[in-house]
Amino acid sequence: MNKTMRITVDGRKIRASPGQTIMDACDDAGVYVPRLCDVEGLVPQGSCRVCTVKADGHTVAACTEPAEPGMKVENDTLEIKNYRRDLVRMLFHEGNHLCPICEASGRCELQAMAYRLRISQATKYPYLQPVRPVDASHPDIALDNNRCILCGRCIRASRDVDGKHVFEYVGRGIHKRIGVNAENLAATNASIDDYAMSLEVCPVGCIIRKREGFFAPIGARQFDREPIGMDVETRQEHHVPKRRPDPAFGNDGTK
Amino acid sequence: MIDILWAVQDKLGCIDGEAMSLIAEKTGTYRVEVEGVVSFYAFFSSVRKGKIVIRLCDDIVDRHAGVFAVAKSFENTLGIKLGETTPDHWFSLEYTPCIGMCDQAPAALVNDVVVTNLTPAKVKGIVRTLKKTRDPRALVTKTGDGNNGHRLIAAMVKNNIRHTGPVLFDKSPAEAGLKQALTLSPGGVLELVVDSRLRGRGGAGFPTGKKWRYAAAAQAALRYVICNADEGEPGTFKDRVLLTERAQLLIEGMTIAAYAVGAAEGILYLRAEYRYLKAYLEHILARRRSRGLLGDNIMGKAGFHFDIRIQMGAGAYICGEESSLISSCEGKRGEPKNRPPFPVQSGYLGLPTVVNNVETFCCVPPLIARGPKWFTSIGTPHSSGTKLLSVSGDCTRPGVYELPFGVSVQDVLDKAGAKDPAAVLIGGASGDMIGRPEFQRRICFEDLPTAGAITTFSSHRNVLEIANYYMDFFIDESCGYCTPCRVGNVFMKQGLEKIMQGLGEAGDLDYLRELGKTIIATSRCGLGHTSPNPILSSMKSFPLVYSALLNAHPNEFQAGFNIQSALDEARVIAKRRSLIYDVSYGDEE
Repeated sequence: MNKTMRITVDGRKIRASPGQTIMDACDDAGVYVPRLCDVEGLVPQGSCRVCTVKADGHTVAACTEPAEPGMKVENDTLEIKNYRRDLVRMLFHEGNHLCPICEASGRCELQAMAYRLRISQATKYPYLQPVRPVDASHPDIALDNNRCILCGRCIRASRDVDGKHVFEYVGRGIHKRIGVNAENLAATNASIDDYAMSLEVCPVGCIIRKREGFFAPIGARQFDREPIGMDVETRQEHHVPKRRPDPAFGNDGTK
Repeated sequence: MIDILWAVQDKLGCIDGEAMSLIAEKTGTYRVEVEGVVSFYAFFSSVRKGKIVIRLCDDIVDRHAGVFAVAKSFENTLGIKLGETTPDHWFSLEYTPCIGMCDQAPAALVNDVVVTNLTPAKVKGIVRTLKKTRDPRALVTKTGDGNNGHRLIAAMVKNNIRHTGPVLFDKSPAEAGLKQALTLSPGGVLELVVDSRLRGRGGAGFPTGKKWRYAAAAQAALRYVICNADEGEPGTFKDRVLLTERAQLLIEGMTIAAYAVGAAEGILYLRAEYRYLKAYLEHILARRRSRGLLGDNIMGKAGFHFDIRIQMGAGAYICGEESSLISSCEGKRGEPKNRPPFPVQSGYLGLPTVVNNVETFCCVPPLIARGPKWFTSIGTPHSSGTKLLSVSGDCTRPGVYELPFGVSVQDVLDKAGAKDPAAVLIGGASGDMIGRPEFQRRICFEDLPTAGAITTFSSHRNVLEIANYYMDFFIDESCGYCTPCRVGNVFMKQGLEKIMQGLGEAGDLDYLRELGKTIIATSRCGLGHTSPNPILSSMKSFPLVYSALLNAHPNEFQAGFNIQSALDEARVIAKRRSLIYDVSYGDEE
């Protein structure tokens, strides 16, 4: 059962272990599959769809689709790139993403993904310009939901790593947003030291750590130094297998 | 969880923050989880609703039948707008998507009571009765045919059974299928179902025998059989009729499924809109228990134990998707689960679960009793048996028709007395819209598959308005889990509206096609895989209707941008008109 298998990604043969997702196999082999909702250390959920690949002719989310022996994966093709561009554009247009005034600029994964996918022109989509309430009640943390891309990383980090369950999805459809476990964030047991509140978790500028803004000058910000995905693409050299939490959690957060 | 929320909603008229905290405390969950569930379902509300909630069905068929005028009349009579509650907290008025009464539209739900064939003139009387009696049941003065007159249903709903076929309305004696099944081994039953080539009647058409075999083969101590009675596809109402008239057959079918796959527990997931059938279905279950047809050692078969509970839905179309339905049964937000694992491997509570549609289960007893040869002799090679169709729209005989697979669209239209049919939607919101040249196509999995909805539109209906309605429906019903379906559908609608407003250009059709392609390719579940269909298929079937609305702009101006409407908001803020763009500026001062 523990035998490794081979899959092909854009013609390149890579190894995958049984039960591994396409994404994890690619990461271990140093092949980057763009993603926003998935991050190392959390259970993948397949919601942003930016990691869409074609596996044996079917479009699937690489972060949740198990690798199968001999699977042929298309990752870096024009068709897939177009889907990803559309998805990233949708996220930009769904919220209010004004990079020049955003504190997360330069370390924002949405912004970095747009650069990686070469989205630099105004797009054809309409702007939805939501007006969602900002929750600045907590002494150390503010939440600007207008920048949220609903990746749910804070939900999983708080639930599975912090054991707190500060966040959860509420509402549905285009009105879906992230709710907090009380009237507002100050009334929850959220703390600035939670993993959920760390810079690693929120990919955009929705979770704001108060009094820490603009800590890195332009030119020295995370993605100024290295484009998104390069950490994976250079991973082959050190070959550290990817970290994933205990699968006992299940993929829908059942405790 | 859903049952608790229903109880609180019924008692308090809302599930507010305080109630959520209390529920979370008592059930050992988190308040925000409870809020997540409450805010997911249309029938739950965090703000207090009236004791009597009037939900008008705003499906396209109801719209064409005049629901807007009825709504206006309700607004005037009650003195509130749609979406509001009267100050005395007695009445709330709102719209709701298809309630499965398109054959007697316009219709409404008054709490659980269905009111059909509404007209603006009837509204005053309805409100008067409600104010006098404070009891929606008083609105039912005459009950419908068949079991609609049963004391536990007592609904004014009509069955409108227009054509009975050999399978669902088979005259075999009751329990003949179950009796026959119990003489066989579970494997023997599986074999019959496989040989019959029965396919799921919910739309996707997955081979039922194959599904059951997977579930039977999965290693587990307990397996589940779930009946999907969450018929939410706009224009579909055939399961309503089956639940009303063929409930015994349905439970018999579920029991046979349980025997075949080795399940001990079953769930009937009933959509909130059909809550008026719940007491009757409970009664049928109780009667079967007392007759030894449910419970321990069914029909004296030692070791065969199976029982069924009813799980109420709470208003969410997506719960018709099998993994969402399972999430909902588990008391969660009705969001689809990642696959694999498939429900047959790991479904309800992580156990192997068979989910089938009402009609699928109803096909099973006659199929077992009469054998697969008989079943495959009806229909086409890849679609054996019959299909129960819900026909509504512009026709004189709306209702349900049980017809063999392979019947042509034209035949159905003729039977239903379609008036001047110009466009027909096959399979509800997620289906395809076809025009006259395609009416000879056949209804079967080889050609035009459908979960049963056939909605016919006459030549004076506006195809774009119809497509726009269905897009609205998908926007409201998307669970919001994945980006393309949550956001992309909104863009599809805005793109269509631009064309409807006469601001479209030729490039906008390509825009819609490309956007639709991305949504279909990248969405996570069936909702997003089909949501662009009404627009894309109507563009394909009615290209001239679309192109007639487009503008040619030789000077390359963007027609989509209208300077006058763009300035409107600024005019309001500045409290004056634009010096440059308002030509007559200053004239009136």
